[in-house]
Amino acid sequence: MSRDVALDRVTMRFGAITAVRDVSLTIGAGEFFSFLGPSGCGKTTILRMISGFMEPTSGAIRIGGQDMRGIGPNKRPTALIFQNLALFPLMTVGENIGFGLEVRGVPKVERHSAVQRLLDLVALPDAADKRVTELSGGQRQRVAIARALAVEPSVLLLDEPLSALDLKLRQHMRAELRAIQRRTGVTFIYITHDQGEALTMSDRIAVMNHGVIEQVGDGASIYDHPDTAFVAAFVGEANRFAGTVAEVADGIAALDTPVGRLLGRNPRGLRPGDRAVLFVRPERMREDGAENALAARVSHCDFEGAFVTAVLETADGVRLQVHTPHRGGALPFPPESAARVGFCAGDAVVLPPGDAA
Amino acid sequence: MTAAGLRRLMTRAYLVVFFGYLFLPLGIMAAATFNASRFPTVTPWRGFTLDWFRVLAEDLRMWQALGTSLLVGAAVVAVAVPLGIAAALLLDRLHGRARTLLYAVMVSPLLTPGIIIGISTLVFWKQWFGVTGGLFLTVVAQSSFIATYAMLMALARLQRFDTSLEEAALDLGASHWQAFRRITLPYLMPAAYSSALIAFLQSFENYNTTLFVRGVETTLTIYIATKVRTGLTPAVNALSLVLIALTVLGAVAYEIMRRREARAAEHRAP
Amino acid sequence: MRAVLEPALRRYGAPLTVTLLVMSAAWVLLMIALPQLLMVDYSLRPMLPPSKLGGPEDVHTLRNYGTLWSNAIHLGIFLKTVWGSALVTAVTLALSYPMAFYLAQVAPKRKLPTLVLMLVVPFWINEILRTFAWYIILAYNGPLNALLVGLGVWAEPVRLLGGDGGVIAGMVYVYVLFMVLPIYNAIETLDRHQIEAAHDLGAGWIAIHRRIVVPHAKPGIAVGCIMTFMLAAGSYAVPALLGGPQSRWFTEIIYNWFFEGGNWNQGAAYAFILLVLCVGFILLMMRLFRVGLTDIAR
Repeated sequence: MSRDVALDRVTMRFGAITAVRDVSLTIGAGEFFSFLGPSGCGKTTILRMISGFMEPTSGAIRIGGQDMRGIGPNKRPTALIFQNLALFPLMTVGENIGFGLEVRGVPKVERHSAVQRLLDLVALPDAADKRVTELSGGQRQRVAIARALAVEPSVLLLDEPLSALDLKLRQHMRAELRAIQRRTGVTFIYITHDQGEALTMSDRIAVMNHGVIEQVGDGASIYDHPDTAFVAAFVGEANRFAGTVAEVADGIAALDTPVGRLLGRNPRGLRPGDRAVLFVRPERMREDGAENALAARVSHCDFEGAFVTAVLETADGVRLQVHTPHRGGALPFPPESAARVGFCAGDAVVLPPGDAA
Repeated sequence: MTAAGLRRLMTRAYLVVFFGYLFLPLGIMAAATFNASRFPTVTPWRGFTLDWFRVLAEDLRMWQALGTSLLVGAAVVAVAVPLGIAAALLLDRLHGRARTLLYAVMVSPLLTPGIIIGISTLVFWKQWFGVTGGLFLTVVAQSSFIATYAMLMALARLQRFDTSLEEAALDLGASHWQAFRRITLPYLMPAAYSSALIAFLQSFENYNTTLFVRGVETTLTIYIATKVRTGLTPAVNALSLVLIALTVLGAVAYEIMRRREARAAEHRAP
Repeated sequence: MRAVLEPALRRYGAPLTVTLLVMSAAWVLLMIALPQLLMVDYSLRPMLPPSKLGGPEDVHTLRNYGTLWSNAIHLGIFLKTVWGSALVTAVTLALSYPMAFYLAQVAPKRKLPTLVLMLVVPFWINEILRTFAWYIILAYNGPLNALLVGLGVWAEPVRLLGGDGGVIAGMVYVYVLFMVLPIYNAIETLDRHQIEAAHDLGAGWIAIHRRIVVPHAKPGIAVGCIMTFMLAAGSYAVPALLGGPQSRWFTEIIYNWFFEGGNWNQGAAYAFILLVLCVGFILLMMRLFRVGLTDIAR
């Protein structure tokens, strides 16, 4: 049975360092939820607090409405998949998967059938008697998932479990994880610094920085409507222009920047005179200069098949990235040529400078 | 001759001399066993005999001493190995000054002359508990420094232990005791076996410490030393030969075991 | 206290942590620390008949330590033990260093396991037996005398047993491996390229050893010297077997106080002096080679 997880003003301090600061949020039952952030942002600390290896300095963690304070990791309805998987090297695959049932005193016969069912679930039906060391990286991954699911957790916690795999396998395992989550309906809480993983798999994402949650939302809203400069810079790529707000009207702010006056959305209600940064995604840049026109020289241009990435430099030395889909014909942006590019005000966002990674 | 050739020759000569220095005395001692002389020597050679093995086999006091040594050795293994492993487990979870201090105290017996360990044990147990030298104090005194070997071996292995394995066991619902018994202890077993072997050998050959705490008991090593000083016959050589043969076999077996383990570990690493 | 034990409690749980704590305390307190402390206390009290224990004469005094100063024979033996042990250490170092270097840097990889095994095996053999081997070699009618007489070095056999020379020679033989192995372990971690680079830069062999190998091997040399000195100064077996009444070692004096003189207090004082000597040597080595305790106890 899947349950929700609520963090209520959770703070974790290690001596003088605050690893997690006043985090409140609720993860719904059956949701695939990701914590995304750079290393040291506090996401692993949150995971270890939910799994019970650490107690928060203050605040409460509730799983299915029950306060978890004082309940050890072995008594919580959670299961953790470790970054290094932590498979028991001295046990077979079957013994690994059956371990959680074994320590609960489940009889051998029942254990065997449960192990077999899980091995079928992760598509390793014949692996029960193999040694862990005989398995490939992807197979170990599946065994770790099966072992965690064996105890029928309400919440499955995953600590960057794909980081050790090569790119191809990683992409395959993303789909696999998502499929297993749908099939089992268990709440998944996923920790990663890889935005691609977070965006492809998650129902919702919390972007973290310096122990604080910067924004919570589904992938599209985080990508398209970042709340903070950090989110805009950390998730996806963005061209940025620092400057001072000159005027505001109808949710649009005009920003004076070294390359001239630029317009963008003003979701945070900045006022004239405020320091701010304008962000615009490379794929929102257009070849023709519309509202925000910029003159630049092409530094270089990479053909990547489906699209073209050009790097441009304005006369003031501001670097710009432009993605355009490739539709056949001659490549745009010949190197060393002059180019005019621009973007719509609605495709750009003006945010307080904050902590732009 | 070239300079490199000369250096090679000198290196070879040095090796021959060094290993000759290591093994020749043992060889001479062994050879003396087979000399039909009343005093153990190889010069002059008075003819080949196996008679000293018979004399040895009929030596009841030797057999008694052997029994004492085996008993003490087994007891030392039973005491020192668990103590050393417990200490290593504790040290592994301590940090800062507490760890440094405890580590220093635990290692100090290796840097203390054996006779001082014997003396301090003798004085302490006499004063506080009225216990005098004998089998019990022999086991206590030997264990006090042999536990250090067990501690160091267990600690070395623990430092390569992936603690997330224990966490994973807890996370899957195991109690602390279950996690310890099913994960940590099996991982430590190779170190436990090795330290049991080392502990037994150390106990078996101990002389300096045992001398002070043995009371009226005689271990085989004490017996040999006594024999050399009073009533030396080539039977002592026969005994030495047997012991050396057993030690060499044990050492070679241990080394092979250790290397196989190291290779296996290397194999698993990537 | 709780904070210190927090990681252990978290990892092992309370019952197991308490068990580990009790076992460690039993070892550290009952088997190491308290016996040493009591020995020191014992050495500071005069020997008294049981009726006078706790009486007015049972006070702390340094008299037992003064005995060493006032007894010229004992002092002589003590000083001889110090320099004898230092000599044993120096000779073993000279003997061992080339072997350790050869094994660690020169020996062909293929032969190395066998060579190391050949070094380790004698290490496992009982100290008494290795001493006994030299007893036979040094005997009046033994092979060494026979060889030297045969070669014409001596006209007739010489008494080799029962003197300081025999004791020192025996100690070098018995403890040499305690020197070779730590130095070997230290030099083994030296990157061979460093030597080649130095050679390439025109450094001679002496310069290479003085500037590259020896500095790298310092912890190993320190450990080897400490172990050898401690074993030599604390040796009872070798002087007992190879020495005689004229070549007594300090440990033999201590033994006599306990089991022949029957003055345990006096014996404890001498034992403590021996311990201080060894600790002093350890500190000297640590200072000389600039190594820490963790380098030593590995």
